[in-house]
Amino acid sequence: MPPNLPRVSASVALPKPALQQVFDNLRAAGFTLVGPTVRDGTIVLDEIARLDDLPVGWTDEQEPGRYRLKKTREAQYFNYGVGPHAWKQFLHPSCLRLFSVEKSNGSWVFRPPEEPPPRYAFVGVRACDVAAIGILDRVLLGGEFRDPHYARRRENVFALVVNCARVNPTCFCTSMKTGPRATTGFDLALTELPEIFLVAVGSDAGSEMLRDTPWEAATAFDLGRAARAMQDVERQVERQLKTDDLPRLLYDNLEHPHWDEVATRCLSCANCTLVCPTCFCTTVVDTSDLRGTKGERIRLADSCFNRDFSHVFGGNIRPNIRSRYRQWLSHKLASWIDQFGTSGCVGCGRCITWCPVGIEITEEVNALRGKAAK
Amino acid sequence: MSVASPAMEIRNPADPMLPRPAVIQAIRPEAAGIATYSLAFVDPADRDAYHFRPGQFNMLYLPGVGEVAISLSSDPAESQVLGHTVRYAGNVTRAIGRLKVGDMLGVRGPYGSHWPLEDAVGKNLIIVAGGIGLPPLRPVILSILSQRDAFGRVLLLYGARTPADLLYTREFGRWREAGIEVNISVDVADESWRGKVGVVPQLFYFVRMEHQNTLVLTCGPEIMMRFVIYEALARRIPKNAIYISMERNMKCAVGFCGHCQYGPNFICKQGPVFNYAAIEPFFGKEDF
Amino acid sequence: MTSDARPKLAVHKFASCDGCQLALLSLEDELLSLVGEVEVAYFLEASSTTIEGPYDVALVEGSITTAHDAERIQAVRKDAKYLIAIGACATAGGIQALRNWKDLDDFIRAVYATPAFIHSLEKSTPISSHVAVDFQLNGCPINKYQLLEVITALLQGRVPHLASHAVCMECKRRGTVCITVAQGIPCLGPLTHAGCGAICPAYNRGCYGCFGPMETPNPDSLTSHLRKTGVPADELVRLLRGFTGFAEAFRSASEKLEKTAP
Repeated sequence: MPPNLPRVSASVALPKPALQQVFDNLRAAGFTLVGPTVRDGTIVLDEIARLDDLPVGWTDEQEPGRYRLKKTREAQYFNYGVGPHAWKQFLHPSCLRLFSVEKSNGSWVFRPPEEPPPRYAFVGVRACDVAAIGILDRVLLGGEFRDPHYARRRENVFALVVNCARVNPTCFCTSMKTGPRATTGFDLALTELPEIFLVAVGSDAGSEMLRDTPWEAATAFDLGRAARAMQDVERQVERQLKTDDLPRLLYDNLEHPHWDEVATRCLSCANCTLVCPTCFCTTVVDTSDLRGTKGERIRLADSCFNRDFSHVFGGNIRPNIRSRYRQWLSHKLASWIDQFGTSGCVGCGRCITWCPVGIEITEEVNALRGKAAK
Repeated sequence: MSVASPAMEIRNPADPMLPRPAVIQAIRPEAAGIATYSLAFVDPADRDAYHFRPGQFNMLYLPGVGEVAISLSSDPAESQVLGHTVRYAGNVTRAIGRLKVGDMLGVRGPYGSHWPLEDAVGKNLIIVAGGIGLPPLRPVILSILSQRDAFGRVLLLYGARTPADLLYTREFGRWREAGIEVNISVDVADESWRGKVGVVPQLFYFVRMEHQNTLVLTCGPEIMMRFVIYEALARRIPKNAIYISMERNMKCAVGFCGHCQYGPNFICKQGPVFNYAAIEPFFGKEDF
Repeated sequence: MTSDARPKLAVHKFASCDGCQLALLSLEDELLSLVGEVEVAYFLEASSTTIEGPYDVALVEGSITTAHDAERIQAVRKDAKYLIAIGACATAGGIQALRNWKDLDDFIRAVYATPAFIHSLEKSTPISSHVAVDFQLNGCPINKYQLLEVITALLQGRVPHLASHAVCMECKRRGTVCITVAQGIPCLGPLTHAGCGAICPAYNRGCYGCFGPMETPNPDSLTSHLRKTGVPADELVRLLRGFTGFAEAFRSASEKLEKTAP
């Protein structure tokens, strides 16, 4: 490593405008930058190029079933929580051609997609979402079979992580032990302070992207106020999900009357699963021309809340909302642990904010435990 | 560990969702709306690389129509030509029913768990099948035929709705000659029927078998398997000596799509063949 | 392929605006290959030349609103191997089913100079209320690619690949942010059958349910939540009573709201 670049695991101070140089370095290295940007009254994840593509001076208000964007007086870069999008939309796209097929010389010829996916630099990944990517890795790469489409996107990702500066009432990362500060899983991790970013260097690639920036070694003062800021943020997390009795609580209560109660509120609309950063279920659609001589197999995001998800010949395994909500919750918090050695929930709170009727996963678990919902 | 470098090896994995072309070599009608398709991969390398174990399944793909999970029903020792007994019930299987010898389809597999044939060596076996549940067990029977002395008593309890729905009837003679006790019943008899009438689990009433050294392998409708388990347990056959084959919606067969989840299990990975003791808490649970 | 071998297609119109039939004609890129595979034998919107039945496939647009139509649909059914109801009118009674909640005579007197010549049924009803329907294609209008998929599937003897889940799935797949959560706009997307591609929310307009109810709709939960956020009950009744307002799930929900409305 040349002496003008920091070592891995070093913390450096970077003047905020110099983040543009990092963006430029990433782009010069062939990365497609995606990160938070304001669109449709929210902060979405989309292609970005410049610092002013970021939601500078914006913040969000989130509560069950409600999201609003607000202007702030301070021009902070990352003063908001996770939005309606998650990184899985880039790593595990909601619509993907698995292969095309054509009849040629009497045989079927199957062709996988050839064009290489973009090399992504993820900008502004939060600690909970770092954990979510780690969970998707286990699901799609960790078993006997590996998803080559996920792998091709995943292997080149550069992660510019941001530690959370504020907490929404929907967040419960501290319960799931995923945040609000990222301790692993980043190439660079920023903590936003009033005039600088405190940057933790997580990899050689991360260090390389600080080339030509006016970084300086972090002072004890910088480290101290960043640590205090993170402690403050952590204390702000109010929502709790007690996990020590999971997965037993769910397995033992598959016939709990509360499933019927939540079924009166749940719309089975699948929004929670689609905004969830770890829900990975897909379906396939086969298309063909009118003569049936060529076709394609398309993989689409699916949800356990859809009837066709559990269709078998002669009927449906989960014909009602009760059984679908039970499947989702008990998978997310219980059977996921058996399947992949980790909970399927990272405490990001997206399913709470983006449920059109504001159903709270944390409250449903409490209700199963016998407490009255708040 | 960085987000950019996951703990799992990810370089250039093979695509497990890509079918390989195969040709239909023979179609043998078995019953009304049911036939056995003998398939061979077009590419000799695919044929040589392919090996399966009794109870495993393939995904059969028809372009533009879709894919369906079908158990292998042929002899595992003969993996150059793969037998699939198909009932024309759903979208894909009905389209398969319109294919002819020489037609092509896509095949990928084998997937899933298998019947515990190794554990059964030296033991008695009660094989219980209902209707289209016999094909996934046929590889077990064929494997036993080739090494009959390795097993104790082998009973097949098999039933179908009517005599015309019984599968593989022309093979029963050979199975009996090899010392497999074949017991058949039908739910509804016709004039020609001389055998037993009743649901499959009732065939247990005629079984006299020691319980300590016996495995039960069963495949059929879930409701049938529930009663098979009941009858087996009533005969003091332990839970962990009972194996069942489950069915759920299957899309990818490799654990990615999430459709076939059954509590902590994926039917395509831990199943379709399960030890009953492992899934007892979930088996028979309504809408689960 | 000789013309004799091609399946014969008929397109029939009942009470409707013709928009769904037009979906067939607006399949511009695919139309030529389509007529290579099917014989368009009866399609007055496209050609006055007709070939007699029976037909392999009858596409039926429109709802049943007159006694004459109620008889004619029986003949259409007898003449067709497969009958496919297309569009909100044929599948749910259409916008004209708004009269099902009112007194028909009031309308007739208000609208027509010579009411005596009007012979309408009390209610506008979907095709499935009168004859067996082999397949229903939702939408106002239908999605032309879904129509092509249904015809392709019929030609190939398979089930059409058409999802029956909520519109929300389509919003998410195209990256549209939920307008109810982010902007407080009342939207029927969580109750509504997919197929349109989630057009309205992409333009900041709430879904008004023109594809009819999804497979497991829970309208009572959505309406009671929207009322809590300040949407008046009468506005919700109007939202539910659109192009598919007479479909069972939307109808019962709007009637319930009417009873509870202040």
